[in-house]
Parts: sequence; structure tokens; C-alpha cells
Amino acid sequence: MTWLPTPYRVVTRTVETHDSATLVLRPVAESLPTFRPGQFAMLYAHGVGEVPISVSGIPGDGTLVHTIRAVGAVSRALHDAAQGTVLGARGPFGTAWRLDDVEDLLVVAGGIGLAPLRPVLTHPARRTVLVAGARTPQDLLYEKEIVSLSDVEAVLTVDRGDHDWHGRIGFVTEPLASVPLDPACTTALLCGPEPMMRFCARTLLGRGVPAGRIQVSLERNMQCGVGLCGHCQLGPMLLCREGPVVPYPVAEPLLLAKEL
Amino acid sequence: MNLVLDLDGLDALIRVLRDDGRVVVGPVLRDNAITLAELDSAADLPGGWGVEIGAGHYRVRKRDDAAVFGHSAGPQSWKRFLHPPRRVLMSSDGNEFRTAQDTAPDYAFLGVRACDLAAIAKLRQVVGGPAPFVIAAQCTEPGELCFCASMGCGPAAGPGYDVALTERIDSGGHRFLAAAGTVEGTRLLDRLPGRAATQEDITLAAQDVDAAAQRMGRAMPEVDLRDLLAANRDSAHWEAVAERCLTCGNCTMVCPTCFCVSVEDTTDLDGNAERSQRWASCFEIDFSYLHGGAVRTSGAARYRQWMTHKLGTWRDQFGTSGCVGCGRCIAWCPAGIDITEEAAALAETTQLGGE
Repeated sequence: MTWLPTPYRVVTRTVETHDSATLVLRPVAESLPTFRPGQFAMLYAHGVGEVPISVSGIPGDGTLVHTIRAVGAVSRALHDAAQGTVLGARGPFGTAWRLDDVEDLLVVAGGIGLAPLRPVLTHPARRTVLVAGARTPQDLLYEKEIVSLSDVEAVLTVDRGDHDWHGRIGFVTEPLASVPLDPACTTALLCGPEPMMRFCARTLLGRGVPAGRIQVSLERNMQCGVGLCGHCQLGPMLLCREGPVVPYPVAEPLLLAKEL
Repeated sequence: MNLVLDLDGLDALIRVLRDDGRVVVGPVLRDNAITLAELDSAADLPGGWGVEIGAGHYRVRKRDDAAVFGHSAGPQSWKRFLHPPRRVLMSSDGNEFRTAQDTAPDYAFLGVRACDLAAIAKLRQVVGGPAPFVIAAQCTEPGELCFCASMGCGPAAGPGYDVALTERIDSGGHRFLAAAGTVEGTRLLDRLPGRAATQEDITLAAQDVDAAAQRMGRAMPEVDLRDLLAANRDSAHWEAVAERCLTCGNCTMVCPTCFCVSVEDTTDLDGNAERSQRWASCFEIDFSYLHGGAVRTSGAARYRQWMTHKLGTWRDQFGTSGCVGCGRCIAWCPAGIDITEEAAALAETTQLGGE
């Protein structure tokens, strides 16, 4: 059973950016257990392969929601899956964002890293701040949706602007250094490229956010999701089990080691 | 229950196991190596063959006697039966997914050394599967590359065997002391022709195994290996190993516990697809591939990953070391890299706290 996917049909496909799309998948018959924010599924494209993809929405109606960026053969096939296509799904796998005792929520995302953080934007919190960055305005995910979330204070920034962009230009570390925070009461959730998460975590530590309240989502090659294939090792961790969401104090020494 | 068997008794043991419907696998001489294959009778065992073994070196040699278990670890391990090199996981027609039929036979492994018995337990802890029936061969002649004693895995077979054989050839003849380790083992011995063991048989066998502990060709440094590897993540020594390492992955293929697999997809012209797993090696450049490139590109990083996992982080993940001290990785390394020497080199330059 470990390796057997559950059939899901693509019911909606929404183009998010030039290389990313969100799929809503409905079970053909049986459905998988409910996912928690931060967890991932192994999604299978018939004859092409299987890759780990985080859930980017948890509607609670038995459907799976995944935002997929086409970066390789399998993710391209999943990204391109038209309405009606049957895909395979296994899961839920991995650790979830720890959201117990949350007062202020600070969500920091880079690029497609916003996808696994999207379900926490609606988590009840005293205050929710989102700092999201992308390479260009065309790479920003869920832009309209974010603006419409009245309970979320969103700061968007891009590395390179264009003539239509009137927002911030620069790395996410810059707004992060100045955005008003109550550091002692802040839970920070980070997902993006590893250097980005490291610099953001350093910035937050410098501002007094307790290290134990910073969580990062890590990524390694994964082929099974259940600790059998060995590919997702990062030091002592099998990231499919002990990750992808890892407390920053655990992650930092592993991220600092070269080619670990 | 202890029984003394002669070669005919050993033959009867194989026959009885086969009659019970088991596939009996044991050592055979093939292509100038002691490999593992299905046995029809005791005549298939490599009687009179031993091995001459060293770093990057393995040759079979004629022995002065007719011992059938007088050889140390060969190029294969029981891994290839418990965790086959290639296994179909599921098939898909695009709408439905079907699990592959598991057709693993009911195995009886004959001639399992203490190191490999420990390896079977470590491997099954990760990959699962049905327990094989195990007839262990107590080790009385460790090889030049053996270090099971310093890994706590031998030379005496630990728990997990159904029957353990201790081979002895002297003026009393060529015989095997057979000791049952399980109820099933006792039931098997009940069906074999042999004489009841005397106290002398038992004492001699125990002495032979005890003596083997003193004749290990290699030893691991006597430090906490997990702490040693954790302290050496940034050691310059990895570069020194990488200058010799060819990143060929032989060590991972011959290792009786290396379990990593990659998953492959194949399709036919009718539109059906199949997923299978095959043995993979952390020395492959694609092993750590993420979009954009591999995480571990240098040979130094890949050797560090293998050795650190084997001796250190395996304990974090599974509560036990991944190494049993069989010495295969040393013998089958084309560059003769010796994991015990590399551990000793790290230990020489490392001050570990709390000792």
C-alpha cells in the first residue's frame, strides 16, 4: 500500500503565473486523510513520475489543492494536467507548520515558497503579516487573493520591477528589517530558497524573535515520502519524516554546512 | 537443543528445508568468487574453497581442508534477496493504479555469518518484509578485512537465527555443531540425522568462536563514531579521501545494509506505465538532485554523506549503527579506501568531549 497512489481527478486548473498553476483534485473514489498546512503529497503523473508537492489550500471538502511550478519533467506534466486528467496522490507526508499558541503570525515567502504557506494565511491570529518576494512582478503568486485578505498585512517585493510595478523592489530581508513586529509574540514561518530563509532568520533573530518560534520548510530530493528511499537525507534527518517543516535552531547548522 | 551433523546431515538439512517448500540460498563458488545462490544439496557449497582478501583485492584460494564455510564475506549479501536490486512497485493504465504482486519466495538462508545476521536485522528494520529462516554459520576464521567485533556484531552470531552451525575439521572428522535458536529451529533439528552434542563439542565450538574475536583483520577506533562523524562535518580530511574516491558506488552496492533506492517509470506502447525501484547509491550525482542541480556535487560531499550515514546518522534515524564490520566496502573499493582507516584518521585529529 505504501507505494500505491490514490486516483484523483483534476477538477479545476487555475493559471497563477507564466510557470505555475493551481490544481484542485477530487478523489475518484477513496480519499486520502486530511492534510495539515505544511505537509505534502507525492503527486504522480501517469508514466512520467512522482514528485513531492505541498498542499497550497485545505478547503475541507475532501479535495486536494496544489500549486505547481513547472521546473522539471514531472512538475511540467503535473502543471500541464488539464481538467479531467487523473493523477495519483499519496500522503499526507511530513511535518506541518506548528500553529499552537500562535499570537502574531509572520509569514515570509520567496517565489513558489508561498504555496505551502497559503493555508496558514487564514489561520486565526492576533495579527498576520505576510512578506512575500518574487523575482519579477510576473512571478508573484496569488497577488489578487492576497490583496483581498483584509486580515493580512501584506508586503510584496520583487527583485526586478517593470513599468507597471509601483511596489517595492528588493529582497524580502529589507522589509523584514523594518516591518513593525512584537518580536516576543511572533511566530515566523519561512519558505523559499535556502539562502533567503537563512538571511531572513538572521534578520528576525536580530530583531528579537525567539529562535524556537522560527520555522522553515526545507526541500531535498524525495522519491518515496516514507523514509525508504534515502534521498531526502539532510544530516541526521530524513526530511520526508522530520521535515519539511523544521524548527530553525535544528535547521541552521545543517543549512550552513556546504553540500550536506 | 544441540546436535552434531556430518556432511550428510548438512545435506539432509538442505533437503528438509526444500521439502518444506523453502528456497534454500547459500554460498556457492561462481566466477571465481563465493556468491549466493539457490542450493539443491550440500554438494553445491564451496567445499575446500577459501578467500584471500585485502583492500581492493579478492581472490578465491584452495584450502588445505574441505571446509564449506571457510571463507569471509563475498561480493554479494543477503540484501539481494530481502531487498532485490529491482522491484516493481505499481502499474497504471492512466485511471487505476495496481500494486505489484509480491512474489518473494519463502527463503531459508544457509551460512549466514554474525555480521550478515546483524545486517539482515538492520536492513529489515528499514525495508520490512517477511523474516527469512536463518541457519547461521558461526565465524571461526575472520578475514583480513573483518571488524565485526569492534562493531559489536560478531564473531558469535547474535539473536535472530533459527539454527547456528559451527564447523570443525579435526581428527574427529568434518562436522557441524548445530544449535537451535528458535522453536522452529528445534523442530528442524528433530528431523535430522545426527548425534546429540557432548559438552566437549559445545566447549570446542565456543572456544573456536571466542578465538576468532582476537583475529579480526581490522578494527574501528574506540570512540563514539556518531560523535566523531558529527564533529567532522567540515573536516579537510574529506578532500583527502575524495582524491582517491572514484565515486563509483561499489561500496554501497556490496554493503549489506545500504538500502537507498531510486524510482523509475517505464511506459509501453499501449499507454500502460509501471513504476519500479532499483538500488541507488548516494555516490550518484543525481542522487541529491533538486531542480537547478545536485546538492552534493563534490566527491568529498558524497563520501562524507555515505560514511556519516553509515556510522553516525543511521543511529539518529534508526537507533543503531548502519555498519556491521563485514569489510565488503574495503575489498570491493577499486581504490582500496578503508572505512576503518578513514575513521582512524578522523579520530586522530578529533578531540571528542565527555570521554
